[in-house]
Amino acid sequence: MKPAFLLAASAIAVAILATVPLYANGYELSLAITLMNYTVLATAWTLFSGPTRYVSLATVAFFGIGAYTVAVLAERMAWPWILLIALAVGVAVALIVGLSTLRLSGVYFVIFTFGLAELIRQIVTWYEVNVTRTLGRYIFVGIDPADIYWQLLGLAVLVFAAGILIRRSRLGLALRVIGDDETVARHIGINTTIAKVALFALSAAFMTLCGAVMAPRWTYIDPAIAFSPVVSFQVLIMALLGGVHRLYGPLFGVVPLVLLFEFLLARFPNHFSILVGLAFMLIVYAIPQGIVGFVERILRRRGDAA
Amino acid sequence: MFVAAVTSGLVLGGMYALIAMGLTLQYGVARIMNLAHGELMIAAAFAALWLFSSAAVNPLLGLLLVVPAAFAISWAIYRLLLTPLVRRAPNRDALEVDSILATFGMLFVIQGVMLVMFGGAYYSYSFLAFPVTIAGATVAANRLLALAFAAVIGLGLYLYLTRTRLGTAVRAVAVDPNSAPLVAIDVRATAALAFAFGGALVAAGGVLVSMFLTFNANIGVVFTMKALIVVIMGGVGNLLGCLLAGLILGLAETFVATFVDPGLTLATTYALFLIILLVRPQGLFGTASR
Repeated sequence: MKPAFLLAASAIAVAILATVPLYANGYELSLAITLMNYTVLATAWTLFSGPTRYVSLATVAFFGIGAYTVAVLAERMAWPWILLIALAVGVAVALIVGLSTLRLSGVYFVIFTFGLAELIRQIVTWYEVNVTRTLGRYIFVGIDPADIYWQLLGLAVLVFAAGILIRRSRLGLALRVIGDDETVARHIGINTTIAKVALFALSAAFMTLCGAVMAPRWTYIDPAIAFSPVVSFQVLIMALLGGVHRLYGPLFGVVPLVLLFEFLLARFPNHFSILVGLAFMLIVYAIPQGIVGFVERILRRRGDAA
Repeated sequence: MFVAAVTSGLVLGGMYALIAMGLTLQYGVARIMNLAHGELMIAAAFAALWLFSSAAVNPLLGLLLVVPAAFAISWAIYRLLLTPLVRRAPNRDALEVDSILATFGMLFVIQGVMLVMFGGAYYSYSFLAFPVTIAGATVAANRLLALAFAAVIGLGLYLYLTRTRLGTAVRAVAVDPNSAPLVAIDVRATAALAFAFGGALVAAGGVLVSMFLTFNANIGVVFTMKALIVVIMGGVGNLLGCLLAGLILGLAETFVATFVDPGLTLATTYALFLIILLVRPQGLFGTASR
């Protein structure tokens, strides 16, 4: 397909998606918001973890930073300023984490991100209890679900645009080399640390903004809600199910799994964690390349046979 | 106050060392980064609680039941669930990623089962909870007993690994899995053995911890995290490093909790971890192999 045609098709798709709040009822809109939320998160996750193959378990750390910043600052300043401050905090944390762990072997990064959300949650809780003496905050801002949906849609467009631009840049090429063989990458003169940290910060920036945009969905927020580890887990399994070696891969994981989780939560609320864990293991064992990788392999095999 | 902090720090540190030894065996020998490690520990703690409260089985006798069961379960997990991953992984890094993902799924399954069975409430039971005075500080007898048992188990493991043929084979696989077959070591069987030993150790840790700490179905992740930090601090695969790093972590946490603020213990853990990563990523006693 020609790039111009692809661009036009995507523009039409976005335009159609933008009309959803005009006719959807409350439940449908909330489902659409959930879908859009996980699309942004899983694609942002893939932006970094896809090419580098570093598994990040810290999605909710950044998501929570965004959400909590909004909770603290709501009503004190204009919405764009709040988003900007959330973004700055998220990127700063990502840079600290990235600079201290991404110089090392991948497993240190995984371990650190594994506990990062918990650490931030504890620090925020401690700060709230000891300094501000309020655990839990109410968010009253004049943002209705349709606004949230449109903001998320904008964010999704930005994530995809960033992903496409990076793929075509020197940075994207460098990252693919790192993913294939980090030693080779270093030997041909790629500064692997800077490339990884830059992309990690970018991915974290999108996650933080997503959290900030989603915050008005809750009227009440406390650290346990903002930094719930299940979010990291769900984003990871959606991205893996879809396939992480293509930018659009996670989409194929987000849609079926959001619907499945809706169903499971409504039908088996007590066994949710077991079922999600089993679904996750099934994906890891049965389709390690994700749906996109699986389909591509079949197509390639057919091409070989013909 | 100071002596009390030291003793409870040592007890806590001994527990961390024990569960971290389990993890370092699994990661150092079997190359499995097991994120469900703490879940198995809490499952053992619940098993001890259940044996104690419903069948009136003393937790020390419970060890004799729970630890072999954990050994068998871990062995089965390695053979049935992890061997396929070992087979398909082209290199060590790929296995690490795969094992992290698979055990991350297991974490949620085991945690979910415990939540269904016990709910989210905190549990504890009272066993040998009378005070003992040492050097002017009072400690609960069960804590001292837990420390003594941890020391005996740790020493036993150390002797086993350094003084027996099978233990030597385990260490050989840890050092070089590619050369081990040249001296007629079955790497898969040895890795399964090491993984099972890791499970047995963490289960022993769980039973001992259940004697003096309150626990709930969600708390396993915290212990996994601490075990990982201890393993890295001590140097991957290094048992004595684990022991020392575990004690350092236990003491640091207790001192911060006693003299600064109990709410900051996890932050302390992380601060230690960050410092180690920045200054000595190979661990306090490890050699720079990776």
